[in-house]
Amino acid sequence: MSLRIIVLAKQVPDTRNVGKDAMKEDGTVNRAALPAIFNPEDLNALEQALRLKDAYPGSTVTLLTMGPGRAAEIIREGLYRGADGGFLLTDRAFAGADTLATSYALATAIKKINDYDIIIGGRQAIDGDTAQVGPQVAEKLGLTQITYAEEIQNVDEAARRITVKRHIDGGVETVEGPLPIVITVNGSAAPCRPRNARLVQKYKRAMGAQEKAAHPTACHPDVPSELPYANLYEKRPYLNIQEWSVNDVNGDLTQCGLSGSPTKVKTIQNIVFQAKESKTLTSADKDIEEMIVELLANHTIG
Amino acid sequence: MANFYLDNPSMKHHLHHPLMQRIVELKERGYADKDKFDYAPQDFEDAMDSYEKVLEIVGEICGEIIAPNAEGVDHEGPSVANGRVTYAKGTQENLDAVRKAGLMGIAMPRRYDGLNFPIVPYIMAADMVSRADAGFENLWGLQDCAETLYEFGNDDQRQRYIPRVCAGETMSMDLTEPDAGSDLQSVMLKATYCEKDDCWYLNGVKRFITNGDADIHLVLARSEEGTRDGRGLSMFIYDKRNGGVNVRRIENKMGIKGSPTCELVFKNAKAELCGDRKLGLIKYVMALMNGARLGIMAQAVGLSEAAYREGYTYATERKQFGKAIIEFPAVYEMVALMRAKADASRSMLYETARFVDVYKALDDISKERKLTPEERQEMKKYSKLADAYTPMGKGMTTEYANQNAYDAIQIHGGSGFMKDYACERIYRDARITNIYEGTTQLQVVAAIRHVTTGTYLAQIREYEAIEYKPELEGLKNKLKAMTDKYEKVVAAVTETKDNEYIDFQARRMVEAAAHCVFGYLLLQDANKDDSYRRSAEVYINYGQAEVDKIESFINNFNREDLAYYRQA
Repeated sequence: MSLRIIVLAKQVPDTRNVGKDAMKEDGTVNRAALPAIFNPEDLNALEQALRLKDAYPGSTVTLLTMGPGRAAEIIREGLYRGADGGFLLTDRAFAGADTLATSYALATAIKKINDYDIIIGGRQAIDGDTAQVGPQVAEKLGLTQITYAEEIQNVDEAARRITVKRHIDGGVETVEGPLPIVITVNGSAAPCRPRNARLVQKYKRAMGAQEKAAHPTACHPDVPSELPYANLYEKRPYLNIQEWSVNDVNGDLTQCGLSGSPTKVKTIQNIVFQAKESKTLTSADKDIEEMIVELLANHTIG
Repeated sequence: MANFYLDNPSMKHHLHHPLMQRIVELKERGYADKDKFDYAPQDFEDAMDSYEKVLEIVGEICGEIIAPNAEGVDHEGPSVANGRVTYAKGTQENLDAVRKAGLMGIAMPRRYDGLNFPIVPYIMAADMVSRADAGFENLWGLQDCAETLYEFGNDDQRQRYIPRVCAGETMSMDLTEPDAGSDLQSVMLKATYCEKDDCWYLNGVKRFITNGDADIHLVLARSEEGTRDGRGLSMFIYDKRNGGVNVRRIENKMGIKGSPTCELVFKNAKAELCGDRKLGLIKYVMALMNGARLGIMAQAVGLSEAAYREGYTYATERKQFGKAIIEFPAVYEMVALMRAKADASRSMLYETARFVDVYKALDDISKERKLTPEERQEMKKYSKLADAYTPMGKGMTTEYANQNAYDAIQIHGGSGFMKDYACERIYRDARITNIYEGTTQLQVVAAIRHVTTGTYLAQIREYEAIEYKPELEGLKNKLKAMTDKYEKVVAAVTETKDNEYIDFQARRMVEAAAHCVFGYLLLQDANKDDSYRRSAEVYINYGQAEVDKIESFINNFNREDLAYYRQA
């Protein structure tokens, strides 16, 4: 049996190690100060997809991401680990999207891809922490969804059903659903495999049209220069990462980007955590026991 | 996100050496694979870019997976049941990661599914893996055996075995026996040819075999009945799929505990001859050992680096008498010397790796076509240098790894004696490096020839002829004076023509040469990159005093005093 798998992935600013300059004065994220990374839980999702591909030879893994031209990096990172290809949804009309407009755009692209059994993505992105996009995509496509997945345990070909272990409060549960299906993966799932040495060498020059047009050089990162090894792109079609605009996916402009986003940000508060209280404990059993009791009592743990 | 490639600028520095241009051109045969394989480089820059990208993967796996697993692996270790070995959980995870990343068979040609990397980037990966967990380097580094299989096996064997290694199967080299350690000529494992089955059968016992339950073994065995020396030994390939070899026990070791050291029982184990009969020890194992020694050097360098980092971090964090202990001269001197020894060791490692790279690539090309007279000259030159640098490097860097590990614990004080800090594991892991693949004493035996015939001196004088920045003139003068002293003591010892006396002073002479070589290598580093200046200054101060000590000992020594040392 072979499966058609679409991985939803997002390029996000690395909010895990934020410094003072993480936010701009106007309260928006200072993207220049934070490195752009593969959203961590989307990597967990990618690993689940690649495991399915390992288990069911002939399966394909296709990445789908939305973002500016440089978000093609997400597709490359997928290719480096064993994905077969990907699409970059990129258009000014998509900019400023909230979760509703994002899931609309993704759903139109998925409809265009058309052939799929499993759509899988991370539970949430670390720049918004909403966990809404996956479920909204499922609703827009009219598909069943399994959220907080930790492990895909089995795919029954004949019955076209999938068995998934999911993370719930205080434990795990195993559920079953029909294909096609949308799955969102929790950070407690297996970490993503490393990049593969051979695939990195094969795909390191894969680029989208925007990246190719503005190819930076090492010495002048801001000045576009002639594309190195330009002749390879014709000989090796897989080096051309496909970009899709609103028109390519037949998107309704009123449902895209800022105009398709009902979310309004009222205010933004800058909260700085400060350690107010601290306790020093010894490693004596008594101290540790007291701490456990205290943490249980105030529901920090348990 | 820890990345052992990106957090250590030394890696890039050594990767981008001018000799790499020649090495890559040879290894890539003028980039002949570029249209045959989708992952082959187009040109030199492309190849270097690929090495960097792959080393970044290695660095990430080392920082994110192998290093965090090291403590658990050290604690749990492998186990044996029913003749088969089970690795520690962390070891299994490490192996899965390097397999998925396609990091087995790095140096093998692409036609056998390898990455066709030169030895420099391969050894750089070994350097990082060792910094993460020296014990795991043994399992991963045994892919070296594929190199021997490639060099001496026939086409059919290459095709059957090398792709399996590249796909992640592990290897072992089964040499040592209970009565054949340093003296491999006494190997007794018996190989009998069976005409009916047209194959060989192996019977006997091997001991201290690293990763002895590997998928593919290279085995040294006695194929010539009635012989007792090295000329009766041949090399065999044993495939675990055929069965016949069981692991009787695994050793309970002091360090590198994650790497299973096995006692193997061969009972009619089916095997095939690799290369020609009778050349097992005198040709193939010697080649295998030289490769392995370079691997142990990398292991030592990784350990030296790890020890330095542990020592440095603790010294900056630990406060006593109101300040960080690194502010005290007694401590900062230790830290500075650890840095200098680690830097010097690393420079030696890559200098040696480059020498090996050039001559091995040429040797491989010579199987495809006749070398030009210039190429033959080039191969001879680098082969000799590799032969001289491998034992000197292995001997010195493994001793430095031990010294750095010792000092790392010393900096930690009482805490370093506890199991709570990594330095105690590093200390135990380092202790084997100057023993296996030939003890330091045996490295001296291999190196002394190049002291007496002048290989080292000629190379040191070549380093001397390089143009250095004016501000490094003082250091260069010190090195010149050290070299002159080295030359004089060597003359004084060798002109006695007393072999026992030369052997007695051999280690001192090899070390004196090494201080000059290491000093000049750091001087070249500082010439290229100012950040090596400190290590160059610190090392040369140290080396100068060491050479003075050696000179003093040799000059004041009466040969008759040997009688006081002789024990029998």
